[in-house]
Amino acid sequence: MPKDHGIGASSKRREDVRFLTGRGRYTDDINLRGQAYACFVRSQVAHGRLNGVNTADAEAMPGVIRVFTGADFEGIGGLPCGWQVTDRHGEVMQEPGHPVLAQGKVRHVGDPIAVVVAETYDQARDAAEAVVIDIEELEPVLDMKAALEDGAPKVHDDLTSNLCYDWGFVEENREAVNKAFETAHHVTTLELVNQRLVPNAMEPRVAIGDFDPGTEDSTLYTTSQNPHVIRLLMGAFVLGIPEHKLRVVAPDVGGGFGSKIFHYAEEAFCTFAAKQLKRPVKWTCSRSESFITDAHGRDHVTKIELALDAEGHFQAIRTETYANMGAYLSTFAPSVPTWLHGTLMAGNYKTPLIYVNVKAVFTNTVPVDAYRGAGRPEATFQLERVIDKAAREMGIDPVELRRKNFITQFPYATPVAVEYDTGDYNATLDKLLEIADVSGFESRLAESKARGKLRGLGINCYIEACGIAPSHLVGQLGARAGLYESATVRVNATGGLVVMTGSHSHGQGHETSFAQVVADMIGIDENMVEIVHGDTANTPMGMGTYGSRSLAVGGSAMVRATEKIIAKAKKIAAHLMEASPDDIELKDGAFTVAGTDKSVAWGDVTLAAYVPHNYPLEEIEPGLEETAFYDPNNFTYPAGAYACEVEVDPETGKVTIERFAAADDFGNIVNPMIVDGQVHGGIAQGIGQALLEGAAYDEYGQLLSGSYMDYAMPRADDVPFYTVDHSCQTPCTHNPLGVKGCGEAGAIGSPPAVVNAVVDALQRAGHTGVTHIDMPLTPSRVWSAMQG
Amino acid sequence: MTKVTMTVNGKPVSGEVEGRTLLSQFLREGLGMTGTHIGCDTSQCGACVVHVNGQDVKSCTMFALECEGAEVRTIEGMANADGSLSTIQQAFQDHHGLQCGFCTPGMVMTAAALLEKNPKPSEAEIRDYLEGNICRCTGYHNIVKAIMAASGQDVGAIAAE
Amino acid sequence: MYAFDFERPTTLDEAVAALGTEEAQALGGGQTLIPTLKQRLAGPAKLVSLTGIAELRGVCIADDGAVCIGGATPHAVVAAEAAAHYPALAALAGNIGDPAVRNRGTIGGSLANNDPSACYPAAALGSGAMIRTNIRDIAADDYFQGMFTTALEEGEIITEVRFPVPQKAAYVKFEQPASRFALTGVFVAKYADGVRVAVTGASEEGVFRWSEAEAALSSDFSAGAIAGLAVDAENMIGDLHGSPEYRAHLVKVLTGRAVTAAG
Repeated sequence: MPKDHGIGASSKRREDVRFLTGRGRYTDDINLRGQAYACFVRSQVAHGRLNGVNTADAEAMPGVIRVFTGADFEGIGGLPCGWQVTDRHGEVMQEPGHPVLAQGKVRHVGDPIAVVVAETYDQARDAAEAVVIDIEELEPVLDMKAALEDGAPKVHDDLTSNLCYDWGFVEENREAVNKAFETAHHVTTLELVNQRLVPNAMEPRVAIGDFDPGTEDSTLYTTSQNPHVIRLLMGAFVLGIPEHKLRVVAPDVGGGFGSKIFHYAEEAFCTFAAKQLKRPVKWTCSRSESFITDAHGRDHVTKIELALDAEGHFQAIRTETYANMGAYLSTFAPSVPTWLHGTLMAGNYKTPLIYVNVKAVFTNTVPVDAYRGAGRPEATFQLERVIDKAAREMGIDPVELRRKNFITQFPYATPVAVEYDTGDYNATLDKLLEIADVSGFESRLAESKARGKLRGLGINCYIEACGIAPSHLVGQLGARAGLYESATVRVNATGGLVVMTGSHSHGQGHETSFAQVVADMIGIDENMVEIVHGDTANTPMGMGTYGSRSLAVGGSAMVRATEKIIAKAKKIAAHLMEASPDDIELKDGAFTVAGTDKSVAWGDVTLAAYVPHNYPLEEIEPGLEETAFYDPNNFTYPAGAYACEVEVDPETGKVTIERFAAADDFGNIVNPMIVDGQVHGGIAQGIGQALLEGAAYDEYGQLLSGSYMDYAMPRADDVPFYTVDHSCQTPCTHNPLGVKGCGEAGAIGSPPAVVNAVVDALQRAGHTGVTHIDMPLTPSRVWSAMQG
Repeated sequence: MTKVTMTVNGKPVSGEVEGRTLLSQFLREGLGMTGTHIGCDTSQCGACVVHVNGQDVKSCTMFALECEGAEVRTIEGMANADGSLSTIQQAFQDHHGLQCGFCTPGMVMTAAALLEKNPKPSEAEIRDYLEGNICRCTGYHNIVKAIMAASGQDVGAIAAE
Repeated sequence: MYAFDFERPTTLDEAVAALGTEEAQALGGGQTLIPTLKQRLAGPAKLVSLTGIAELRGVCIADDGAVCIGGATPHAVVAAEAAAHYPALAALAGNIGDPAVRNRGTIGGSLANNDPSACYPAAALGSGAMIRTNIRDIAADDYFQGMFTTALEEGEIITEVRFPVPQKAAYVKFEQPASRFALTGVFVAKYADGVRVAVTGASEEGVFRWSEAEAALSSDFSAGAIAGLAVDAENMIGDLHGSPEYRAHLVKVLTGRAVTAAG
């Protein structure tokens, strides 16, 4: 029987009620008294020298309060990068400045040059058109390989080239890997593009700066996945505001998918301008503006080679990837193609030798950073595609080829620096074959054929590193921050609890699932637990939500804090019942003395903590509030297997997803309903990447797919019902809940399944020359592939 | 500025607006009803869907002055009279048809319009009717399931859970 | 949006008068015009909404059997009310954009804008419709003059579109996956005096008639009749979503499918 409460129950989400009745409070729903409006003047060219900005006409326009330019930010810090990669020669990466407003040059379409602040948004926008910009257009660099050629225009004049870093991983393996390829029985090579995506959380970004002249406190309301990170980066590195004078609030946030991790210029601007003008300043991004200002995702060009022996055992993997950084280094950009990508190149397989080379390149495009999966989808895609290709070349069933190479003994140290703690890849694959009804494929194929359609089946595995991250490890890898998480559990006198977490929910349902955990530990009703997040003023320093880390890291902190609460409460209970704390048991919200019928209720103990008339004051303080910080000692490693069945219209090349199944191992599960939902959403994003989405620039650096008119978001009629299963559970061995994280799996596991299925369909139809099609697999591309 | 008068969720309201004031702006900024959301500027995402004279429309692609005398219904007016969730809203909660909640008001308004026209829509009809509503979180699975459930259909056989 | 004056007349005469001033522009359902205004790609001094004019709304049947659609009739109304009289036209209207767009967008607005990927131009040209304005009747063959260009004069309002009802017809749209406009769409209509084939979404010149197919289908109304024809990719649109060659190919595929669907 499924549980009806606590850990393992599909508790309905409490936050839904406000969202369903229009009472959510998103940043744009906040309006402060006396608020002014900001409109950014942005570069319309990809690359240019900024010779002058004349704001005189704009400043004379109705309602204009002030026009800001780069000159206002001279001497003020730029947007910092949170990760420093060391290249294969031991040199640190090239790290350009990233001004809040352009200084001297503009480097991508959308680069902010000036900001008009006015009484109304329309007045600000009207005046923005009157700002006169003198730009000398320069030749843009857009293609990564061309950007690295001698004589290519430089995005940053003060750097030696457009190369951010040339990273080798593991560099010491390079020669051994090369040697393995020289002697390999078979080598499969695949060149592919993991295209640039636009994250497109449905809520566009918003920032409101506020300043209290009385206290000199600054407040920023922002659409962020991690308000403390923004407070630290903006306060310490950009504006020089100490953290105790700066509050960052991220209220209800309408999706993030990575794009709301980063510290953006607009946040710094609104906070700065509010202080300058002594009144609140609000900026609301339009969707069109978000396309050219939100950090993009992916954008890798890769060559992968897989060496196999005669039986199909993997001998070595060698990759060369060009990773687009865009025009500036976004907050975590350097880590994505390196530590979030190279470390996953072993996948689920025993490959003794791996060498990953990544060249990160500056171009005149929007900065690229983490987007759902971040590096891991890129790793999974190339690996699972090259395995499928190898299987076909060697005449081995692709499922069998995977099984033959599965890691089966845990813990397993990969040749790419991580140690998988647990897993059972055969179990998830077996489960997948069952739920996907793979044995029924042939009859469905025949049925498709009868209707004149091609049909294909794609299967792949994935593994990801989540629970980001062990600080001691990421520190060695170049992170400039720790990646622990925090929680404060405050018990009120009447027994209710408030949990203040450094994690942030922007769709993940923490208000419900976190409450389930704490309620379960104490044995009380979930409704007695309130989860508070998103405000640096009332939550302990936390690192926020991304990388499928909330439950694994934030939840662990919460467990630790709750354990401290329970330990203290037991002492109080022991005092009340005149027993030894060691004999006290907590069950179903009551403390009992073992072996007796003595009992006090949870509420009696909490009341005693705050009304300590009868209290062991010599031994413990009154009150019941505890904080814990949790820093994991390893990543978590969710893994699974995905299957996709497609139909292809042979006349038009249109691909339809007919069936999709996912078997995931997320370790223990707190709320199965929420986990299913996370997987569904990830799958849709993966299908979106595989079939629909792609950010494309023209030769001038203009974004061609700059709105929903050209950037194809998955809609309800692009996807089927999904069959998902997470009954295979190998609990994480090193966090208290045994959880692994589920937020990114769908987006990581699904793109190769779709592409494998389309290639399979075409191969079955006799298009044997088609071994790969680059994403998105638009009808036009699939049709062209079929033309040979 | 021109005065506009309409009925929103059964209550008469009026305000001074410009010609260019959109219905969505009037609702959000003029009336402080922020349940209606703005997710795009090309009339694609549907986060702003409301009902005007019984028809589902994108309130970001309609001027407030075009609603002179109209009956407007928004997400704030969808709950039952006693404040409890309506059948559709309850189905969205029961079947986890929302995550971040940003597209949700438009989804609920669109679903309500569909069910008024077609009380027992098929899966395909639901997916077709949601063509103008984009959700980035749910992959649509549970939204479609919720709408089927709200129309009294048995969704027990639909995959997952 | 730039600021503008807004008028919402209730009679055609008032609308014509309102549009007589400098830089005035008619507003149909606004489903294309309002997003354009948001991008500040247009800046009319005055917008004249046609949605309050009762005489411009509705579907009726003329004495000669033609389906007559008021210029300010939303797509959803056409989908519902024309279904019994001209099913292919109703089906086309019922698949434009999305439901909310169909409740606002109007036939007059669509034809006046003449987006090269819109559906209605294919129906009008494919049916040999008559576009009636406040001052004259314009045959569809004379009306469409290339991408976003029509025979309409400044201030001229589409009051009605009259569609002769064919013996058989069908429209097949291959959607551009983002905008859901036609990547290519083909309207085929068989009349007593011959077959008309109108193609939207494909050509740099906007909606056009594929005369070779019309000739072939007029003598043999079957998908096989066009098997030997080829569509020249020259002047076809090439973009993110499809090359000129792909669109040329689609024209032929969709024409065949439309013929089959027409029965």
